[in-house]
Amino acid sequence: MRADVLFEDMTEEEKYEHFMDRIDAGEKIEADDWMPEDYRESLIRLIAMHGISEIMGALPEKEWVPKAPTLHRKLAIMAKVQDEMGHGQLLLRVAEDLMAPLGKNRENIMQDLFSGRLKFHNVFHMKAPTWGDAGIIAWLVDGAAIISQTMMLTTSYGPYGRALKRICAEEVFHAQHGESIILAMAEGNEEQRQMLQDSLNRWWTALLMFFGPKSKENTGSSHQDKNIRYKLRTKTNEELRQEFLTKYVPRIWALGLTIPDETLHFDEEEKLWKYRDPDWNEFKQIVTGNGPQSKERLELRRDSYENTRWVREALSSQKKAAI
Amino acid sequence: MRTYETAEEALESPEYNEALTELLFQLADDDFLLAYRGSEWLGLAPHIEEDVAFSSINQDMMGHATLYYKRLEELGEGKADDLSHLRSPEKFRNAVLLELPNGTGNYLEKPNYDWAFAVVRNYFYTLAKKIKLESLKTSSYVPLQHTARKVLMEVNYHLMHWETWFNQLIQSTEEAHKRMKNAIDQVWEEFMGVLSTGDKGDVMARSGIIEDEETIKKRWISKVESVFTQSGLHLKEKPQMKSGNGRNGEHTPTLESALDTLSEVYRKAPAQGW
Repeated sequence: MRADVLFEDMTEEEKYEHFMDRIDAGEKIEADDWMPEDYRESLIRLIAMHGISEIMGALPEKEWVPKAPTLHRKLAIMAKVQDEMGHGQLLLRVAEDLMAPLGKNRENIMQDLFSGRLKFHNVFHMKAPTWGDAGIIAWLVDGAAIISQTMMLTTSYGPYGRALKRICAEEVFHAQHGESIILAMAEGNEEQRQMLQDSLNRWWTALLMFFGPKSKENTGSSHQDKNIRYKLRTKTNEELRQEFLTKYVPRIWALGLTIPDETLHFDEEEKLWKYRDPDWNEFKQIVTGNGPQSKERLELRRDSYENTRWVREALSSQKKAAI
Repeated sequence: MRTYETAEEALESPEYNEALTELLFQLADDDFLLAYRGSEWLGLAPHIEEDVAFSSINQDMMGHATLYYKRLEELGEGKADDLSHLRSPEKFRNAVLLELPNGTGNYLEKPNYDWAFAVVRNYFYTLAKKIKLESLKTSSYVPLQHTARKVLMEVNYHLMHWETWFNQLIQSTEEAHKRMKNAIDQVWEEFMGVLSTGDKGDVMARSGIIEDEETIKKRWISKVESVFTQSGLHLKEKPQMKSGNGRNGEHTPTLESALDTLSEVYRKAPAQGW
């Protein structure tokens, strides 16, 4: 930065250069700092998607909250789903600050969700028909989330990094809660073990998809290169997927469960897991709202939002009256 | 009045123990059912902040139910999980009001839930719960005194939460006011069931487990009266108990379907670890 020139007198190019110098120096960008529109948009896309995924992610687990088998499990899953809503709230606040200069707010995020413009994670479009699914979601979906979110802890955007720090701490408890459900079922009777195996079979492909395609050749578009340049993230989708496999495949095998991919193995020479590639066209279908449970979950969210509109109107009329 | 320091002491007096377990089932089942109804709201509350707060309250209430079921376990009534998940509906002692659905539809499909009903039911219930807990602070059953003190710490926050919602909505738009009044009418029809201590109430009062029903009722009505006056509402006749007294095992069919949902997984293999 030229010390003799005030920041506001710089040209857009100079500002951009200064911004990228900060990124390269590993500095954190704050909400009120100057940032290129491109960076802002990338953040909004990323954080709104993350936030809304937490909120939509509460829905498949919600199905199992009343049905959780014991008082202890009921309390644990209630706490967990509450955390997920809390994460959603925290992240939407971060996204809202970024959207404010564009004249947008949370209502826009919700409307974007309902219209399909704002996507949410593939895993939350899936059906969760048994208690085994509640276990697999908490253990492996949250386990996958920990891996991708831990990588994001060093993100160049300060407010996102700070929110993630808290989120990651809580996700560790969730994964433990999930592991405990899984262990109880794995040590249970034949019906419980079968329920667990069926859930794993149902979720395996979705878990591989969770990290996204290897490269843009697989889907036609990918933001990961740009996000790495802006230091929003530090690893590629495939690197994260490999970490997930290294961490969880041995544990799944140790429980005596079968992973529904007979080609899955660790290649000692390449030091990489080899697996059957998910159908990325299917992935695209799922995340664009055509997954097995997408329509129902979105409807549930939309209907309840409309149902309680009178409450939000009542609250905002009060706010106006107070001014 | 004699106090009972432990479960063993209470068990030595069959009449005392019978009244005590009856009250513990009332307290446990009330919180269990209302926490369940609250948990059906998860993901559907008017805004995300409320979703977080409401689910925290429901979690607390489920925790309170667990504390009472544990007290029953100590009294030899059976495992807490069996008590909450395996009893048949007529064995439940919750007030009918707390088993009623949140609205039409199902929590998974087309839930047409009524937020005004949620606010009024929770607010009025929490008021009554606090009054009972205050009374239990001097219960002749000492373990219940401890439980009551613990539960009260959280209930004070619940009360503030629901009081805020009640006041905000009742004094707001015309639509909100109308919906709240409808909800009050609905809650009123069954609220006497919450205040009732059932057929064993006399023994409970006589042996100092909790104060008598009339005293609890008076305190609640006087509290609600002042809430109504502040909001420009008028207290009608006493609350009713139209669908029967849950304290004596009278319930609506909605309890049975609630229990089917709550115990769907546990019933598959109650003897197994879950």
